[in-house]
Amino acid sequence: MKRLADRPAFWGWLFITPWLAGFLGFTAGPMLASLWLSFYKYDLVNLEYVGLENYRRLPLDPLFWKALSNTFAYAFISVPLGVAGSLMIALLLNQKVRGIPLFRTLFYIPSLVPSVAAAILWQWVFNAENGALNLGLGFLGLPTPQWLQDERFTLPAFVLMSLWGVGGARMVIFLAGLQGISETYYEAARLDGASHRQQFWHVTLPLLSPVMFFNLVLGLIGAFQIFTQAYIMTGGGPNNASLFYALYLFRTAFEQFKLGKASALAWVLFAILLIFTLIQFRASKKWVHYEGGEA
Amino acid sequence: MKRFLVWIALIGGSVFFVIPFLWTVATALKTQEEIAKDPTRLVPMQPTWENFPAAWNALPFLNFVENTVFVTLVSMTMQVITGSLVAYGFARFQFKGRDLLFMTMISTMLLPGQVTMIPVYLIWRQLGAIDTFAPLTVPAFFGGGAFSIFLLRQFFMTIPRELDEAMLIDGASYWGILWRLIVPLSGPAITTVVVFSFIGNWDSFDGPLIYLNSPENYTMSIGLRLFQDTFGTNMGQLMAASLMHIVPTIILFFAAQKYFIKGVHLSGLGGR
Repeated sequence: MKRLADRPAFWGWLFITPWLAGFLGFTAGPMLASLWLSFYKYDLVNLEYVGLENYRRLPLDPLFWKALSNTFAYAFISVPLGVAGSLMIALLLNQKVRGIPLFRTLFYIPSLVPSVAAAILWQWVFNAENGALNLGLGFLGLPTPQWLQDERFTLPAFVLMSLWGVGGARMVIFLAGLQGISETYYEAARLDGASHRQQFWHVTLPLLSPVMFFNLVLGLIGAFQIFTQAYIMTGGGPNNASLFYALYLFRTAFEQFKLGKASALAWVLFAILLIFTLIQFRASKKWVHYEGGEA
Repeated sequence: MKRFLVWIALIGGSVFFVIPFLWTVATALKTQEEIAKDPTRLVPMQPTWENFPAAWNALPFLNFVENTVFVTLVSMTMQVITGSLVAYGFARFQFKGRDLLFMTMISTMLLPGQVTMIPVYLIWRQLGAIDTFAPLTVPAFFGGGAFSIFLLRQFFMTIPRELDEAMLIDGASYWGILWRLIVPLSGPAITTVVVFSFIGNWDSFDGPLIYLNSPENYTMSIGLRLFQDTFGTNMGQLMAASLMHIVPTIILFFAAQKYFIKGVHLSGLGGR
């Protein structure tokens, strides 16, 4: 019989203990507590069991629908555009011309600007009177909307701002994927007479599809949680046009201290993301190609 | 012809990505009068440093900087140390349930923070830790999140096991193998975790917003927000304050760039 400390399994458990403890204390435990709390009315003082009441009353709250539709619109516009943009930039930076390392750094800069500083900067870019965007549009003789004060233009403004970050980590992951594609595939395609366009659609894209899938799944989850920009730039306005789900949840929890309702909101968000992630995994069987057969 | 189009696209992209940033720099160096007269000019007529000391003295900015540096350094250090421990456990040892636990860990990346936010807040409140740095730093003592553990583990897997075995035969402990073999060979992965961790903590907004109440405990991200509320009409000072928040992440990125890109490559994040 070996001593416990001689067994590799013992050491394996020992080494992962920090994560395991953190998972139980900061993730699994709080998840259960949050589910439990969603059946209660709690304002930090009084705790009262209300059953499904928190969930039942959500659809009656017009702000819930407003927050949900804003968030869906933002996510389903900004994520496909952002992923396509990141891919295009990765393709561009994968070209063999001089100065690529410099451009790669320049394109990454927006991702290094902390989100609060970026929000403050863009708030000014969108400023209706003396913001850079409207001065530029005016110079070109184009219409100059009241971006953050006009509810029709607030969401497009947030999408535009999100595209500023397409040269960041997501692009680097695409670039790494591109550079991992073996040149032999392209040689074979060229021997078969494939044009550049055909090589892109039939070699590059299928081989990048796992990376694309990763970026889409994480991108959607991230976009659904947009918070800082709205909190700083508009506070959810005008007329709740930028009231995103995470902002609505934050206010419910930490401004109104309706902690039961906020927990129910969190679980609804989780359920929505879970459904979308499962749909994407299902759909991925049709379009995501793993080298070496099914994975 | 194709080369020409690539150049046009590269330069066009640079304009979109860099101009807003340059505009921040330019505005921070302009006088209030020049901003009012000609806000978009990218080269100030009479560059001035006056906005920087003015912004610095308007609020307890030094406090904000100290708090941010403290939270960032503690979290980053603990994330690298405990993340390496956990990644080593997952990369090198066989035990029952390991793969299930690893999958569980990966799937926590998909969990929106809002689901755990309220109970975690209640725990810290119960412990009397509201308005302290504990809620912002202590979570990093537990592996520092799935993403960095995953990245380190992927990298550790690429190091040949023969090296471990040679050290074992020489009488090294697992602990010694991790710190004297695996970690020193994992420079790019460690650097990548350091960069992501630094940016994540430096940038963190909702954590400080929820947990810190008194301005002397503010980090720069919520301090900047306070500055915007108080002096938001003075764009020169606001941009100078922003710039002081931006510059450290840019310096770090430039210093680490070479290893950082390599780290993303080698840990297989690009698929394959």
